[in-house]
Amino acid sequence: MIRYLAKRLGYYAALLIVAIFLAYALSCTALGPRTYFEAKQPRPSAASVDRQLTALNINDHTPVVERFGKWSKDLVLHADLGRTIHNTSVNAEFGRRIVVSLRLLLIGSLLGMLLGVAGGAWSAVRQYRISDRTLTLVSFVLLSTPVFLLALLLKNGAIAAKDAVGHEVIPFTGYETPGLSGGIGAHLADWGLHLLLPTLSLALGGLAMYSRYQRGTMLDVLGSDYLRTAEAKGLTRNRALLKHGLRTAIIPMSTMFAYSFLGIFTGATFTESIFGWHGMGEWFIQAINEQDINSVVAVNLFAAVVVLASGFLADVLHAALDPRVRS
Amino acid sequence: MTTAVETDLLTVSDLTVDFAGVPAVRGVDLRLRRGETLGIVGESGSGKSVTSLAILGLLPGTAAVSGSVKLDGRELVGLPNKELSAIRGRKVAMVFQDPLSAFTPVYRIGDQIVEALRIHQDLDRAAARKRAAELLDLVGIPSPDRALDSFPHEFSGGMRQRAMIAMAIANDPDILLADEPTTALDVTIQAQVLDVLRTAQRETGAALVLVSHDLGVIAGMADRVAVMYAGRVVETAGVDELFARPQHPYTLGLIGAVPRLDTSGGPLVPIPGGPPSLAALPPGCPFAARCPLAEDRCRTVEPELLGRPDADGHLAACVRSAELAERAPAPSEVYPVPEVAPAVADTAVREDREPVLRVSGLTKTFPVLKGSVFKRKVGEVYAVDGVELDIRRGETLGLVGESGSGKSTTLFELLHLAKPEAGRIELLGQDTAQLDRASAHRLRSDIQIVFQDPMASLDPRMPISDIIAEPLLAQGAARELIARRVPELLRQVGLEPAHASRYPHQFSGGQRQRISIARALAVSPQLLVLDEPVSALDVSVQAGVLNLLQQLKAELGLAYLFVSHDLSVIRHLSDRVSVMYLGRTVEAGAVDAVFEQPRHPYTRALLSAVPLPDPAAERNRTRILLAGDPPSPTERRTGCPFRARCPVYAALPATRHARCETETPVLTEAAPGQDHTAACHYPEA
Ligand code: SF4
Ligand code: SF4
Repeated sequence: MIRYLAKRLGYYAALLIVAIFLAYALSCTALGPRTYFEAKQPRPSAASVDRQLTALNINDHTPVVERFGKWSKDLVLHADLGRTIHNTSVNAEFGRRIVVSLRLLLIGSLLGMLLGVAGGAWSAVRQYRISDRTLTLVSFVLLSTPVFLLALLLKNGAIAAKDAVGHEVIPFTGYETPGLSGGIGAHLADWGLHLLLPTLSLALGGLAMYSRYQRGTMLDVLGSDYLRTAEAKGLTRNRALLKHGLRTAIIPMSTMFAYSFLGIFTGATFTESIFGWHGMGEWFIQAINEQDINSVVAVNLFAAVVVLASGFLADVLHAALDPRVRS
Repeated sequence: MTTAVETDLLTVSDLTVDFAGVPAVRGVDLRLRRGETLGIVGESGSGKSVTSLAILGLLPGTAAVSGSVKLDGRELVGLPNKELSAIRGRKVAMVFQDPLSAFTPVYRIGDQIVEALRIHQDLDRAAARKRAAELLDLVGIPSPDRALDSFPHEFSGGMRQRAMIAMAIANDPDILLADEPTTALDVTIQAQVLDVLRTAQRETGAALVLVSHDLGVIAGMADRVAVMYAGRVVETAGVDELFARPQHPYTLGLIGAVPRLDTSGGPLVPIPGGPPSLAALPPGCPFAARCPLAEDRCRTVEPELLGRPDADGHLAACVRSAELAERAPAPSEVYPVPEVAPAVADTAVREDREPVLRVSGLTKTFPVLKGSVFKRKVGEVYAVDGVELDIRRGETLGLVGESGSGKSTTLFELLHLAKPEAGRIELLGQDTAQLDRASAHRLRSDIQIVFQDPMASLDPRMPISDIIAEPLLAQGAARELIARRVPELLRQVGLEPAHASRYPHQFSGGQRQRISIARALAVSPQLLVLDEPVSALDVSVQAGVLNLLQQLKAELGLAYLFVSHDLSVIRHLSDRVSVMYLGRTVEAGAVDAVFEQPRHPYTRALLSAVPLPDPAAERNRTRILLAGDPPSPTERRTGCPFRARCPVYAALPATRHARCETETPVLTEAAPGQDHTAACHYPEA
């Protein structure tokens, strides 16, 4: 098992390097920081623009490969992601935002996954009953609702609630109440409340999608011979389902967890801007507008690491559930 | 225990099962005494499997079960799930058909057996594991301690079924329910597994309910038999009585319809038509539409399962059973038997008939690849490794071999009509290595194939007239010719030309196979390759298709290459037979010579493993049980490839071993000029 996972890890590392280089090259060709500097008032001299660009390692007159070499050397040797176009540290910005985004992404995707698996399995066991049909309907509605619409609806709901009651019931901007006093408990509660709506906007989509797939795999398992064997040897239906059914039904899902993470990441970009979270997604959009190559690459790095890490976790899960892949 | 012997352990009365209003079981009565073996025999859809599942309440929630199932006087129908669970595996244990899917793939075999033990017994893990190893040892699994840690996919089919039996007897049940336990297995493995079932029964003293479609298996195992048809038991009796004096026309027909290993030739007795749809049963006897003895009174009320008081439990659901009991006719005296004209092979001397197919030294290897991104070759599978075939005009060559013997690969290579990797294929005197595209295309119409599963090989969206016309179109036949040929072909295979515009799903399994045959005959081939053409069909239907094949051969002077795992069918239909083991031809010759005086130890074991539908003959037979499974074809051993399992080799004095170990045997004739060859150094041992 260790060997298998080590092999997968090596494979992901190679993929990561390729992905980063492509992201870097793409950002360099698509973005034009030179125009950003040239548009400054008063207009700086060509030599001064060149100097500033070179200092930031984003001069388009330097070959991309050379720039990438310097960038990756700084990254590997000094863990330095370079400077933003405003000549501030990318690292500092990265550190601030990653805490915000990870909180949202991790909780949102895990919640969607768990609820989706549970809901799908439950739905399969109760196939064609009212509860199954209801969940199916709700999933389809959710699946056809884009994340930004869902987020807006949730936010508007919260606003409506505030207007009706007269004060804020569920917070819908930012990730904490500024200047909140009180102990750690009060802070945690505050965080939790702020997380509620953005997390929901991400988790509901996941729930809908995972539950559909999980229902399908579970239905296959429900008709399987081995489940019947498990019952024939004396397990009650529920125990047989839990022990022999659910585990086999989750295996095909593990691959899905990895690849759907990208969608959740994209969705988070909308969620962040709608709920006023200063996270990675918001930064990404801002950086593109400012032609800020180093910041864009940093966000790309984050996304690539997150996606590949979730792929690796999915492999671990798969190997843990299905001993056949280990050998 | 002597007093308990006579009491019934299990009584099923008036059991009915409906699925969404459609009946599957319609009032079944069964009795099982302690320690006895009850065989339930029937064709697909007869309700035999549903009955066995209903006994344990294992049917899906959509099934409506009524009637009574009493175990030791305790009613099981309607028992809450929790109480049923305590009985399942403890008092009544099951062995299912397909052992691959019957084990949970992600748990080790040992853990699954340990689980079965610990559900019902208060054992700690170590003790349960020890017991599980003992059980695996009992069912003949080598190195049981290591086997405990294997996953189901690491076991062969036979090993899995052994393990399944071990799990079933883990809690020393009173009853074993085995639902087609050997259907998915090769015949030598089937013989092993049946033997294990007998051992299991002896060790636990359990009664056995054996559900099977195979009359041979039933004849060899059962003490009493219940025959099911259309969801009911139509006849039940002691096994000897049932086979010797059947009192229901259906039973009689079944016995006549199975080809037998110990007799050859002659037409089989087909039961006309097919089983009725249970959704729309006409009133009266459900067999009336197919019964040659049917009278008007049969069509009014359904006959009950009755017998004379002195009949020792021989019951039959037929108004004319008394008459049958008295007269005891042979199947052919009751059922109309078609006339089959003598085939070319019976009238002309073999040497005078020109060869249709000649294969020598045929070889095909597949590379074994490893690596996920960059594939590298790490070995070779010798799928076909020296096949010899010889078919002349008007004769049938039966090709026998178990799974993995390379039969399918051989067929594929033949139909490919190209230069083989090694060896030589000659079709109608033309070497396939020399063919250009045009002559290969022309030759293609001379060799046609009929596949096993007619449903999968017929396009469901095409009317059958188009299906049959396809090969003609491929050969560029004229419209008028096609319009004339299609009705002619339909008539030839025994179908109504008026049904030409129907679609495949409107036909029964046997009729669909007739359509496949018509399609293959469309371009007037010389050689028909029949790849397990009847193994998906019920015996009563199979007989009709086999008769048709014999008739077509006689009429059209065809040659057949008939591939089957069923040796009785091969014996019945073939003129010559060729036996394959691990990609090689190990024995070949005239069918009577090979079946009556088999020379290769493998052939002998194969033949002795086939169950005969005759209880007396079954009891008096000595069986050669082969050890283990066929070895992997990825290694090429020196010497005889059969050595590891060969009983002759094992019995030889050590001084004579060397030859089997070093020298690969080649096909040699029994006597000069005799059509009987075998690849064994000690064929007379
Ligand atoms: S009752 Fe009549 S139709 Fe039915 S099996 Fe007997 S003779 Fe045939
Ligand atoms: S050659 Fe030897 S090992 Fe091979 S089948 Fe004959 S006796 Fe057995």
